[in-house]
Amino acid sequence: MTQLTLARAINAGLRRAMEEDPKVLVMGEDVGKLGGVFRVTDGLQKDFGEDRVIDTPLAESGIVGTAIGLALRGFRPVCEIQFDGFVFPAADQIITQLAKMPMRSLGAIRLPIVVRIPCGGGIGAVEHHSESPEAYFTHTAGLRVVACANPVDAYTMLQQAIRSDDPVIFFEPKRRYWEKAEVDLEMDLAAAMPFDRASVVRQGSDVTLLAYGPMVKTALEAAVAAEEDGRSVEVIDLRTLSPLDTATIFDSVRKTGRCVVAHEAPVYSGLGGEIAARVTEACFYHLEAPVLRVGGFSTPYPPSRLEEHYLPDLDRVLDAVDRTFAY
Amino acid sequence: MTVDASRGADAPPELVQLLTPEGELVEHPDYEFDLTAEDVKSLYRDLVLVRRVDLEAVALQRQGELGIWASLLGQEAAQIGSGRALTEQDMAFPTYREHGVAWCRGVDPVKLLGLFRGVNHGGWDPAEHNFHLYTIVIGSQTLHATGYAMGIQRDGAEAATIVYFGDGATSQGDVNESFIWASVFNAPVVFFCQNNQWAISEPLEKQSRIPLYRRASGFGFPGVRVDGNDVFACLAVTKKALQAAREGQGPTLIEAFTYRMGAHTTSDDPTRYRLETELEAWKLKDPIERVKAYLFKNELADQEFFDRIEAEAAELGKSVRTRCLEMPDPDPMEMFEHVYAHPHVLLAEERAQFADYLAGFEEEVA
Repeated sequence: MTQLTLARAINAGLRRAMEEDPKVLVMGEDVGKLGGVFRVTDGLQKDFGEDRVIDTPLAESGIVGTAIGLALRGFRPVCEIQFDGFVFPAADQIITQLAKMPMRSLGAIRLPIVVRIPCGGGIGAVEHHSESPEAYFTHTAGLRVVACANPVDAYTMLQQAIRSDDPVIFFEPKRRYWEKAEVDLEMDLAAAMPFDRASVVRQGSDVTLLAYGPMVKTALEAAVAAEEDGRSVEVIDLRTLSPLDTATIFDSVRKTGRCVVAHEAPVYSGLGGEIAARVTEACFYHLEAPVLRVGGFSTPYPPSRLEEHYLPDLDRVLDAVDRTFAY
Repeated sequence: MTVDASRGADAPPELVQLLTPEGELVEHPDYEFDLTAEDVKSLYRDLVLVRRVDLEAVALQRQGELGIWASLLGQEAAQIGSGRALTEQDMAFPTYREHGVAWCRGVDPVKLLGLFRGVNHGGWDPAEHNFHLYTIVIGSQTLHATGYAMGIQRDGAEAATIVYFGDGATSQGDVNESFIWASVFNAPVVFFCQNNQWAISEPLEKQSRIPLYRRASGFGFPGVRVDGNDVFACLAVTKKALQAAREGQGPTLIEAFTYRMGAHTTSDDPTRYRLETELEAWKLKDPIERVKAYLFKNELADQEFFDRIEAEAAELGKSVRTRCLEMPDPDPMEMFEHVYAHPHVLLAEERAQFADYLAGFEEEVA
């Protein structure tokens, strides 16, 4: 076991994937010499060369568009989008090409491309550096969308995403990049939990609290606090946002009878709405209360001096938990 | 604003031309005419056959058998000339109008109709003929071609890619990004722009203040304008650009100066935005007539040859029509089939629910 930060765990995952498969490439802005603005790709270009760790021109559509061409030639590109708010120039290539080309070809084409996106707020950044754009991509058929929340999952899920023949949008919780955990670098990937499964990260009996990415830690802290109030909160790290692992969610909600979804992204038309609808449909007779959502407001992400008010913190999550007991 | 009816009809001085509209060979310092009589006859055959396929497709659309069709009428020389310049190892990335290039790559024309009939979104395997799927979003494929070319570099292969796009596409960000990428990575890609003067209703001056081929110099690679209605010149210019790419000399932008003789698609009405006299001026530059004139004048082909090609074209048209009509509608469940490579729990659930729903109707009937 090795103690790694989440950022180093991703680095280790990339390194192992590149060692195991010479077709795996890393490409993005500043990923080479600099090692990425978060140093996630630190040292990779030195060890794998400029042909496999590609410092690209500053053009996100170009990154994803040329990655598609490389994949058509048999490569497995891992693209880095520097910040969540900069994925939009690439949105056209992701939505109109990456997601749709396999079906267009009736399955003749597979695009094993991973698009890594550091996401979420909480780092005191300027505009466009703190967003949570996952719903744009979960709404796009043809993509898989996942979010890691801890170093172990960062290490395993990234490698699973790279091995997948489907395109994967891989969200990384940037404010958790420096969180540490013990990671088994020799672990057998086949034995690890598949990346399209949710994980019950804390058992509980009174309410199910669903979170992903940066909010998982907050959810776990909320569960600890709630326990002091005598409430047993079951926390599920969704991990996979598209498709959702509804089986794991439903099992939990049928047990607890209550459900709260927390995410940084705006509540309106967010993933929480989809989850609430599905839980209501599948667990209607088990529910003691409506599914509640807690998340960002219907404003653009605010200036950093206000972000602590925008981001759902422990207290706002607990408030939602409390409200679900008021019915 | 007045409209110049002959706009573009006079060959600008920088245009590479080897065969005049009258069928006369012209010398060019950089490009040699080196075709045998058989080569020319074979090019002529391709030009005639793809025009016939195109004509048949337009007719099929008019009869309601295709939802829409994008005609290549007038652009045959640009497509056959460039398409015939490719080797088997080269990879072509088309728009949705490259029926002539598809023909050169050996793609069955009926395969092209599926998309326009609505039975699939393309549906052929690009690796089979090294001819990528039609791309409808304007300019997207230029990046795919550039990425593919970067893959060729990494494989150390002796091959190049060619990517097709129109004059309108040159305004797209993706096209400009692909120029930058190809340039800085010295990628073996040939950018083949068919400047057919019109992006649906918008004339070239809405896209550019300078001739399009001159854009290349700003990106740091050569640009050349070729008479897009001259199949000899298109072949020679593309061959040279592809060979340069294969030899590691990087990208070239070719602007094939041509004219869209038909509507943008069968849904378009060009009488709303362009003058008939412009079309008449370009008819005199027809890409097929000049090859025919060359063959006749030089006594390289007799009437029997032309009759034989006409008969073959008629036969091909008939076959395309018959096989188009025989194309079955896809099974409703097929839309779930090719979205993902690996099992997908949501899609599996929706597929099962929809199958049950459909089965309910069968029970009612029974």
